[in-house]
Amino acid sequence: MSVRAVPETVAPPVVGERPILVALAGQPNVGKSTLFNFLTGLHQHVGNWPGKTVERKEGHFTFNGASYRLVDLPGTYSLTANSLEELIAREFILRERPDVVVAVVDAATLERSLYLVAELLPLPAPVIVALNMMDVARQEGIQIEPEVLQAALGVPVVPMSATHGVGMPELLETVERMARGELPYAPRLPQIRPDHQEVLETIGERIAGYVPEPYPREWVALKLLEGDPEVTRMMKEALPPERWAEVHTVLRAYDDAQVAVASGRYEWIGRMVRAAVTRPRIGQIGLTERLDRWTTHPVWGLVILASVLGMLFWLTYTVGAPLQGWLENGVGALAEGVRGLLAGAPAWLSGLLTDGVIGGAGAVLTFLPILVIFFAAMAFLEDVGYMARAAYVMDGLMHLIGLHGKSFLPLFLGFGCNVPAILGTRVIESRRARLLTILLAPLVPCTARMAVVAFLAPAFFGNAALLVSWVLILTSILILALTGAVVNRLMFRGQRSAFIMELPLYHLPNWRTIGLSIWQRSLSFVRKAGTVILAVSVVIWALSIFPGGNVEGSYLARVGRWLEPVGRLAGLDWRLTVALLSSFIAKENSIATLGVLFRAGEEGLAGMLAATYSPLVALAYLVVQTLFIPCAATVGAIRQETASWRWMLFSVGLLLVISLLAGMAVFQVGAWVAKGV
Amino acid sequence: MSSEPAPPSPDSVPLSALRTGEVGVVAALSGGHSLCSRMLTLGLTPGAEVTVLQNYGRGPMIVRVRDARVALGRGEAEKVLARRRAG
Repeated sequence: MSVRAVPETVAPPVVGERPILVALAGQPNVGKSTLFNFLTGLHQHVGNWPGKTVERKEGHFTFNGASYRLVDLPGTYSLTANSLEELIAREFILRERPDVVVAVVDAATLERSLYLVAELLPLPAPVIVALNMMDVARQEGIQIEPEVLQAALGVPVVPMSATHGVGMPELLETVERMARGELPYAPRLPQIRPDHQEVLETIGERIAGYVPEPYPREWVALKLLEGDPEVTRMMKEALPPERWAEVHTVLRAYDDAQVAVASGRYEWIGRMVRAAVTRPRIGQIGLTERLDRWTTHPVWGLVILASVLGMLFWLTYTVGAPLQGWLENGVGALAEGVRGLLAGAPAWLSGLLTDGVIGGAGAVLTFLPILVIFFAAMAFLEDVGYMARAAYVMDGLMHLIGLHGKSFLPLFLGFGCNVPAILGTRVIESRRARLLTILLAPLVPCTARMAVVAFLAPAFFGNAALLVSWVLILTSILILALTGAVVNRLMFRGQRSAFIMELPLYHLPNWRTIGLSIWQRSLSFVRKAGTVILAVSVVIWALSIFPGGNVEGSYLARVGRWLEPVGRLAGLDWRLTVALLSSFIAKENSIATLGVLFRAGEEGLAGMLAATYSPLVALAYLVVQTLFIPCAATVGAIRQETASWRWMLFSVGLLLVISLLAGMAVFQVGAWVAKGV
Repeated sequence: MSSEPAPPSPDSVPLSALRTGEVGVVAALSGGHSLCSRMLTLGLTPGAEVTVLQNYGRGPMIVRVRDARVALGRGEAEKVLARRRAG
């Protein structure tokens, strides 16, 4: 590849002034998170890369008295701008110039995981190779000599096993010495085919003087040759038009160069690996391939997936639901306590705290146990390597709705709560598939919506309540599939994004990684309940109490009466319409709202409702309620993850139309049938 | 993503035509720039040896390439041309 001068040593950091900046790079499934968690523990912060929806993890630690800042770059297979992650990783190294880049590679798939190293070496930051999973490689029958690899690469190689904490002190010492400039650094860079080398030089000359900071010229030339879309766009803007035309002509003549460049990297890797691997993997069949015969089988794979998911539901309802019940009682008691304490205070203050703050945000917090169970199960399945198999067996079914396997898991998460479902779409590379998954996720009936069904259905349908619940769930899934197929055809012209993914080795769970993942996700949910959800709860509470001090004369009721003509089409009167609107804060609010409107406690409410509305109206209401605009937290997540107000509004509008149409269909058809009978 | 056939090559077949257990050598890639780039990155470069771990004749398939297991949708597997390794 290029032969640009990488700085031989790096200026030693001034101790006490600024922490040493270490970037952690690596392909997915090489144990990068395990290493990151081991080094930083709870001293880590999870956020987003500025303006992007890719998770950014950063932490700090001290070693030998010096403090370090560790940035976990997104897991990527290469540094060509195929995805946002790859772009973020390389931009970080080019712009922030970390003191050391630790490239984590998997000893059990050494060739493949050195590909990223081949792309990292030409960048202007010193690289240390952390040769991870040495124990797994040994189990697979592979033997590697790290010293030989180190000599061949010309950069420090530290053998280790992050799961067992083996090699950690050596790695830290190497990082320290590299950051202080005490280690020689003379990487052997991948070579490029002689005719391409000439082309590179030609391009390099043409773009000289026009390459924006901080990009190295020869790196830019190489990326142009590879056809990197981002670099191509950047240079098209930076170069005068006639210069760009010249460069473009040269590139057009070599538009197959990306194959040669990638092959060149793998040839370079092959030479390194041949020297360092003393015993290659022999043809034995490992545990992973034996398990995969079952987990990825077109029939048994689906049976296993169904059992895993069934177990998850069972856990949710036997462990999560009672815990949620206790929390609900706790929140209720807290509200009563506060009401008692504020007996002498103005009524609005008491109402604000008990109905607005505790009743709104507090009610949402009671979902935490169910969410923790979901987060735990997902983190566990991800960590042991099962998730990729689930995506694989669902690929065929997901094709029917214009998506592929990777969209299945986020959608499934939606049964617990739509918010993690929307956040979970981050695993999908293509923006098109991701947007479609985000659009469909709210159609998965979450536990809060099913709680409303569970409350109302028995009052109206008696023994058939369970059947009605199942029909509602199946209807939602059917509508989800139809919407997916239609939206994909109309908005994305039936395009389908490529399904290509690695199936990692199965391995024993790492409890530290799982625990930290649950902790981070729960924390972010609680933070959201304390900010966005709290604010919305208070606003809706205010609308339900002002100006008159009671719900019947409130702004909310006026809106409900104003919207009643629309609701009537689906058989809903103004009270049911208001209940529907209030479900925007949190789905189970609609029960609370009906309780207020009918001046009934929850015990008497079901009976009063059954006496007021016909089963047909109840069914129409349940259909609308199940498909209606998701709660405020979900809408907020949609806005955050799509980074677009228009997509958020489109999603809300679409669900509004779908839910009303479905409700109308049920009510009108039901009424027509009833008339006929 | 274009779906034109790859440059003609007499004895190469789409990867999807290889049965479970068969070994092939990648001959060429077709398909759009970004799909090719992703496949190359995962080690599917011309000359790479590929072992088919699972192919039921429909739906996605699993191959082993460079010691890693890679799942490919059927459409993607059709865009990889491979020569059967005798044996």
